[in-house]
Amino acid sequence: MSVHQKTTSTRTNLSTATLEGLLVLVFGWKLVIDAEIYNKVVQASGERPNFAPRKVNLRELMSRKIRIKKGADIRLKGRPTSTVDAAASTATCAVQPPNYHGITPKLEVKEGSAVQVGTPLFFSKESPAMKFLSPISGTVKSILRGEKRRILAVIVESDDKNDAVSLDKIDVLSASADVIRDAMLSHGMFPFLEQRPFADVANPADMPRSIHVSGFDSAPLAPDMEIVLKDRMEAFQNGIHALSSLLGGQAIHLGIRSGQTIYNDIQKVELTAFEGPHPAGNVGVQVHHTKPINKGETLWTMHAEDVANLGETLVSGVYTSKRTIAATGSEHPDPRYLQTHIGCELSSLTNGLQNDSVRVISGNPLTGTHAAADGYLGGLDHQVTLLPEGRDPKFLLTAGWLSPGLDRFSLSKSYPTWLLPKSKEFVMDTNTGGEERAFVVTGQYEPVFPFDIYPVQLIKSIMANDIDAMEKLGIYEVAPEDFALCEYACTSKIDVQDIVREGLDNLKKELG
Amino acid sequence: MLDSIRPHFEEGGKLSRFWVVYDSLETFAFTPGHTTKSGVQIRDGVDLKRTMFLVIVALIPALLFGTWNQGHQYMLSIGQIDVADSLTMLFFDKMLIGAVKVLPLVIVSYGVGLGIEFLFAGMRGHSINEGYLVSGMLIPLIMPVDVPLWMLALAVAFAVIIAKEVFGGTGMNILNVALTARAFLFFAYPKQLSGEIWIHEVASSKAGGLLVDGYTGATALGHLASTVGKSPTEPAVAGVMDMFAADGMFSLTNSFFGLIPGSVGETSAFAILIGAALLIWTGIGSWKVMSSFLVGGLAMGAIFNLMGLNAYMTIPAIHQVVMGGFMFGMVFMATDPVSASQTERGKWIYGFFGGFLSIMIRVFNPAYPEGVMMAILFMNVMAPLIDHYVVQSNVNRREKRAELSMAQRVTA
Repeated sequence: MSVHQKTTSTRTNLSTATLEGLLVLVFGWKLVIDAEIYNKVVQASGERPNFAPRKVNLRELMSRKIRIKKGADIRLKGRPTSTVDAAASTATCAVQPPNYHGITPKLEVKEGSAVQVGTPLFFSKESPAMKFLSPISGTVKSILRGEKRRILAVIVESDDKNDAVSLDKIDVLSASADVIRDAMLSHGMFPFLEQRPFADVANPADMPRSIHVSGFDSAPLAPDMEIVLKDRMEAFQNGIHALSSLLGGQAIHLGIRSGQTIYNDIQKVELTAFEGPHPAGNVGVQVHHTKPINKGETLWTMHAEDVANLGETLVSGVYTSKRTIAATGSEHPDPRYLQTHIGCELSSLTNGLQNDSVRVISGNPLTGTHAAADGYLGGLDHQVTLLPEGRDPKFLLTAGWLSPGLDRFSLSKSYPTWLLPKSKEFVMDTNTGGEERAFVVTGQYEPVFPFDIYPVQLIKSIMANDIDAMEKLGIYEVAPEDFALCEYACTSKIDVQDIVREGLDNLKKELG
Repeated sequence: MLDSIRPHFEEGGKLSRFWVVYDSLETFAFTPGHTTKSGVQIRDGVDLKRTMFLVIVALIPALLFGTWNQGHQYMLSIGQIDVADSLTMLFFDKMLIGAVKVLPLVIVSYGVGLGIEFLFAGMRGHSINEGYLVSGMLIPLIMPVDVPLWMLALAVAFAVIIAKEVFGGTGMNILNVALTARAFLFFAYPKQLSGEIWIHEVASSKAGGLLVDGYTGATALGHLASTVGKSPTEPAVAGVMDMFAADGMFSLTNSFFGLIPGSVGETSAFAILIGAALLIWTGIGSWKVMSSFLVGGLAMGAIFNLMGLNAYMTIPAIHQVVMGGFMFGMVFMATDPVSASQTERGKWIYGFFGGFLSIMIRVFNPAYPEGVMMAILFMNVMAPLIDHYVVQSNVNRREKRAELSMAQRVTA
């Protein structure tokens, strides 16, 4: 009897040992790497970092490729060709504080001040070390103010010289977190970090849990990152190194489109491949499906093109605000990519189009801003879209609410779009397609909202300004852009993104 | 044309108090040239007008069939035709007789309901919501054909004001507006609304001696309700059950195609299912609510079949769901997005219990022959509770995740 028992226990021990051995073989490399990072950080900072060496998580390792099922691709006409041209240089350039949500600008220049590339134009009242730099050299032409003297734009007139202030060069690989942070603040790169929760400019006093970068843009007519970053992979790698150093060596989360190859050789990243329709490219969606954010946690995000600008700025010591803009839309005379910089005149991206019946959008059609034809490119925009205005009333039977709508893209099955071939592209105008109504139709937001969150209930809690309910329903995880498709699809024409923004602002105020 | 009279209705014009009327007519004819301001720059073409209109289109088969059937039932009641006669025989006569009765119902329903809607919209200074376009068509379809018009008007006024406007108007109501109108009548005027009202002028036919012998004009459920509490072997009960046999008046075929007495639009499961197909095809009606409602009804019916305690319980489940207002309630009432469950998971639960209770109330409550109305109104009240638990499970999941992450950070 006892012999038998012994045999069994030995067997158990043996099989356990085998299993452990296998686990070590399969996942050991990961532990080794984690331990290495951990030790490096302890050495560098002299204290225990506030993140743990990552535990082996079988599920996480197996889900390297994530399929986003919910969402929708709005198939618009006017996609850019892969031609990349240099945009004409413009006489003026504007840095617009309202682009950077959550900061109050304090001017450092006056009208008539001479500035160079990299001269601070204004700083953030909340964190005075955070500078906003001039993308070009010349003189400050004017300061545009809105209601209550709020600064809308600092406009610089170009002298066509592009003289640059020489900034400190930083060794992005070996610099400490503090050095990187200070450099990002003074080199004008910090405002490009966005924080979650709140979806506004990151707070330099925080230590984020992680930094996330989306390697692709899935919005309608969005630029292809393979073209945007084609000759900038070294700068991108340097930017990643800088961000990683900022976190004490932690890898940066990079979400790529499944099949994308440009990021293959990038170091210091944890890659996750995503499949599926928009908003799969939204960094918030990627965070939700890899490492969802919880109450009390903070993380930062940065656009891939800004990561490249960060790398270039820190390594070269020259403020870099490059943009390879996708100039798109059914009304664009020549949709293609144009190389320019932040804050350039939009006319240089629209072939000088001046037409009242065309809307100029700085950004994509879902989250971009309605700009004047003689306006300026937004600081966080990577795309310009020209769409027809929809100011004409539409007769009910021909083009209005009872029309068959064969030429109309719609997510509602009451239009025949879903029966048409997937390759068909549509012209869409800016008509609201109906008036705002009470909330009636249900089950409409969920199919385009790839979060484990109840969108309608969250929206209603925001409208009731119920902070407690907002927190419980998951407001920490979302940004207005994540609701853009809900707003697009809404039968009752509710301004969902505005509501989410209001909710995030109220939450921030409440938390102090 | 519209633009030329517009100034009269604008602020300061002679007719400015009728702005709501003008505005609703204008936006009816032309989708207004409003453009997006903040947020998304493009919007989907679907709006509430299109959505509501498609529901009305889905109601048309039931409306047309109901109109014809009212004429058909009248002819049957005075012995002009036989049950087995073809559908087309005297088609136009039947349509005409039906239309004379049904059209006034529709006109009164829309007249009173929209009148109140305009009044409230004018008072609140917002434009007309399209919700009543559907309610106004649903109400006549769930009324007995001989309901006095003043009662209908009263019911509509009660439903629109008490069930909808006091809660804040379209989108805010807890109970289904059309069912509230019906419930109001059945509780306020039980006497007038029982017995001989389901067939056009059955009472006067009787008085005039025109009525076929033994014809009462009761609905299938009315007959069945009369069997409850009696032994299945009683001759009266056996007589009723014969009507549900394959060649009886309420055979499965007749019940499915709707050649039986009942509320205007509820009798034909076939016509209703055509509407259901359109609603599901366009995604406007929730297929989840409809299918779970059907499953719920069949489940309760099957349970009764197994129990078989009285004659009513032995009616096959399939037969149960094609009789009375079950199909109409399933397709057009339970799916009302405002009063139904608003979460996708909640819709399954809501629909299932709606169907389940419909059959249960119908069989257990002989004093009140139709259970669908009560079941759906009850589930309307329960829907927020269902949603609460569905959302709460999501909240709990998120809180658990946060605790786990906190614990990991502490141990790290």
